[in-house]
Amino acid sequence: MNSPSLIQTQVLIIGGGVTGTALARDFALRGVACILVEKDDINAGASGRNHGLLHSGARYVAGDRAAAMECRAEGDILKRMAAQTIQDTGGYFVAVEGDDERYVADFPSLCARAGISARAVDIAAARALEPALSQRTIAVFEVPDASIDPFRLSLESMAQARSLGARLLRRSRVIGFEREGSRIRAVRVLSQAGGEELRIEAAQVVNAAGAWAREVCLLAGAPIGMTYSKGTLLVTHERLAGRVVNRLRPPSNADIMMPGGTVSIVGTTSTRVDALDDIRPTTAEADLIVAEAARMLPALATMRYIRAYAGVRPLVGTADAADGRAVSRGFALFDHEDQGLDNLATITGGKLTTCRLMAERAADLVCRRLGVIRPCLTAATPLPVAAECAWTEPGRSPRVWMRSHGLEDPLLCECEMVSGSAVDAIYAALRSAGDTPTLTDIGLRSRVGKGACQGAFCAVRTAAHFYSRGDFQASRGIDEIVDFIGERWRGQRAVLWGEQLAQAELMEALHCGLFGEELRGEELRGEELRDAGVPDAPPAAPAGEVSP
Amino acid sequence: MTGARRDSFDVAVIGAGMAGMAAALFAAERGLSCIQIGNGGSLLFASGLLDLLGVHPVAERRLWQSPYAALAALAREQPLHPLARVDAHSIRAAFESFVTALAAAGLAYAPLGERNRKLLTSIGTIKTTFGVPLSMVAGTGVLDARPPCLLVDFRGLREFSAAQIAATLGRSWPGLRHQRIEFPGCEGAPELYAAHLARALETRETRARTVALVQPLLGDAQAVGFPAVLGLARAREVHAAFEAGLGVPVFEIPTMPTSVPGLRLLSALEAMLSARGVRRRHQASVRALAFDAHAGTATLELEGISGGAGGERVFARAVVLATGRFTGRGLTADRGGVRESILGLPVHQPGSREAWHQRDFLDPSGHAINRAGLEIDDAWRPLGASGKPAWPRLYAVGSILAHQDWMRSKCGSGLAIATAWAAMDQVALALGGTGAG
Repeated sequence: MNSPSLIQTQVLIIGGGVTGTALARDFALRGVACILVEKDDINAGASGRNHGLLHSGARYVAGDRAAAMECRAEGDILKRMAAQTIQDTGGYFVAVEGDDERYVADFPSLCARAGISARAVDIAAARALEPALSQRTIAVFEVPDASIDPFRLSLESMAQARSLGARLLRRSRVIGFEREGSRIRAVRVLSQAGGEELRIEAAQVVNAAGAWAREVCLLAGAPIGMTYSKGTLLVTHERLAGRVVNRLRPPSNADIMMPGGTVSIVGTTSTRVDALDDIRPTTAEADLIVAEAARMLPALATMRYIRAYAGVRPLVGTADAADGRAVSRGFALFDHEDQGLDNLATITGGKLTTCRLMAERAADLVCRRLGVIRPCLTAATPLPVAAECAWTEPGRSPRVWMRSHGLEDPLLCECEMVSGSAVDAIYAALRSAGDTPTLTDIGLRSRVGKGACQGAFCAVRTAAHFYSRGDFQASRGIDEIVDFIGERWRGQRAVLWGEQLAQAELMEALHCGLFGEELRGEELRGEELRDAGVPDAPPAAPAGEVSP
Repeated sequence: MTGARRDSFDVAVIGAGMAGMAAALFAAERGLSCIQIGNGGSLLFASGLLDLLGVHPVAERRLWQSPYAALAALAREQPLHPLARVDAHSIRAAFESFVTALAAAGLAYAPLGERNRKLLTSIGTIKTTFGVPLSMVAGTGVLDARPPCLLVDFRGLREFSAAQIAATLGRSWPGLRHQRIEFPGCEGAPELYAAHLARALETRETRARTVALVQPLLGDAQAVGFPAVLGLARAREVHAAFEAGLGVPVFEIPTMPTSVPGLRLLSALEAMLSARGVRRRHQASVRALAFDAHAGTATLELEGISGGAGGERVFARAVVLATGRFTGRGLTADRGGVRESILGLPVHQPGSREAWHQRDFLDPSGHAINRAGLEIDDAWRPLGASGKPAWPRLYAVGSILAHQDWMRSKCGSGLAIATAWAAMDQVALALGGTGAG
């Protein structure tokens, strides 16, 4: 076997979620060379499986004022510096009959103490603006919540980092650390695509693997205490409110509905889990969310849902509560020095809203160790718009397509109106970075597959498109369609009743009934029609002899 | 046996998918007066291929060359499967009757024979089926022999890439080539629709220009495949003109729905029923269905699809439910369970929603929800809550029946046609006529 190829850099970042990509950008802006390795793809973990809330901090005013204030400050920074990723929708905190009235009464003063604006809204006025609110609403406060597109945030952070020299290695999993005294001499990385092994020698290593941070620490021989909390969310077929709608009560199940383009996102649950494998939404979680969220927004009881998804929150420390809510949602930075290591840092926990700050803290530690004195620039440097990263925004594809009048530009995804030129731009950007883009990669970077058909039709059209352009070769298209549909299925399965069940049936009629994708190995082995040898019987009696 | 009143019929067939169409045809062929209620929308999703039984058992993904051998195995191993309740003689008669009627309505199928056939799909997989339209049948021969062959597609027809099929099968079929051409008269259009192309090819000029574009690309090709857009009502003429112009066999490859072969099937079936005097209410659905035990008649209260034209009532001595599953609206599911949509008949179903679907979409076992459906007695009558037939002359046919997974077994048309045939035997028997089977 060949010895693994060697790459040298100043900083190796492990994990391509919101924190890892923010770190890459942070280092790049300070002129520090870095490589980011990601075992799957950008935001494949919790960074891409949350509700996309830019917290005002109001959610935490009762339990964790420091976290609330952190959210408020970071929210303000992101609204200024990454405006293109944010829809400043505003948010309501809403109590309904039966909710704890003392919590309601304390809420405005707790917000005030954390410096968060919380304005009481007349209930009739609130229901006029958000008619989906329950008739049993007893209190409404307006807070500066907003929605943020975590995919665009990470993709554009990484795009800027790369423009400044940072490298991204997708589908590259850390499989081992080589230690030498108090130092990590090299990190061994396995490329999932080619099965090729790399050795990366870096002066400093930052573990930003999110929920997988514990596993990375174990590989490095520097264990940390972490627990996992699984959260599930549902996606509705239509958007039910313009604002973020929070339940005004202590954090609990199904206490938020986020606007997400043409849909709403409802959640979340919180369940302690012990393992990170095979995290997927369940029917029980879907039932719980529908029942609970419908108390605040009754239309959710009969709404069509097109998808569910589940992510794992990394929580630092240990908790006794079964739902993990008692553990701090704040972040933690480990320097691992008490474990005898002086070039590893782990940054984990936290939330989407504070990802920039988490990166800043970790990068400060690493830069101090490197002797780099340039300060963090991310709080004052606007995130540049990158054209190929903009396609995750709901509603953008149709706008662009309409403006071009669709000339020479076929729609590949009809639900979300994603055109051929949009997927071509994404393909070209990935290709220019040396990647071999898959349908699933295109899905992560666009709205393809996000609509009601959940990929049943658009995966087929997009594969045909890539073949006709010469981008796909050999028989990979079938596997890619199967992978794409399979990934969407994980999310659909928990919400298949009513109209979406009919949609799923149609998908199976096409992909199994007509295309026979579940049999694909059978034909390729040439073993089809295995009852060869059955003699040809004479044909049945001729037709036309069937009159009564 | 025609009823005395204009609004009274021997049989009311509810549903206008493949099973409803077959049931109405077989009723008419048995001399029964028939009204059919429901639109043919689900047929727009048909491929034009008539599956009988391709795979059994589903979990083993075992493909069969002889659908009748597969049916015999199915009858032994899964006696509750609806197709296990129909004897082979009836199935042969049903299929022959069905394709004969289609041929008379202008849609010709290849002789059925005893064997399944293999066909290319638009994504390069190979489909096992039974009844193949004449316009596609040359594709089965070339797939077996794999001679030099040309696949042609049209730029702008988004769901069909000849390059995809050729690349997918290239390793085992070196002589498979592909070419993309501009559709005459639509040069530069970003999106083409199969039905528009099919209609355009019915004009002699467009046809000739298309053939002229393909002619120089032929090379050593011994057959040419196209997406299934070769004409609508005059598909036979279009296909013949292509073969004459190119001098080699020409075959269509089924496309993603909404497909031209589905449109052809729908219009042929509609013509077939009209020719046989079946009354059709394709803009209506059944709002209420009540049975008068004393008079022995069913009353169907209709409503317009868009809510209008309500209030019409029709009466029937027998009612056939051919309303399909979830896509067809015959079954309704909410978070708590599945019910039959019109009468609320009990539905055989998995215990909880968690058991409805496998964790993997393509799990070889298939999804349990797809085997949910109506339980029937030996006379094709759905069972009520008591476990007895819900009404003495209420019948159920097609995909609404329990204990089958047509999408995995590749038996959709077979299920529709065979169960319609067998149930109509029982209807005729109950109404005092003679069964044909």
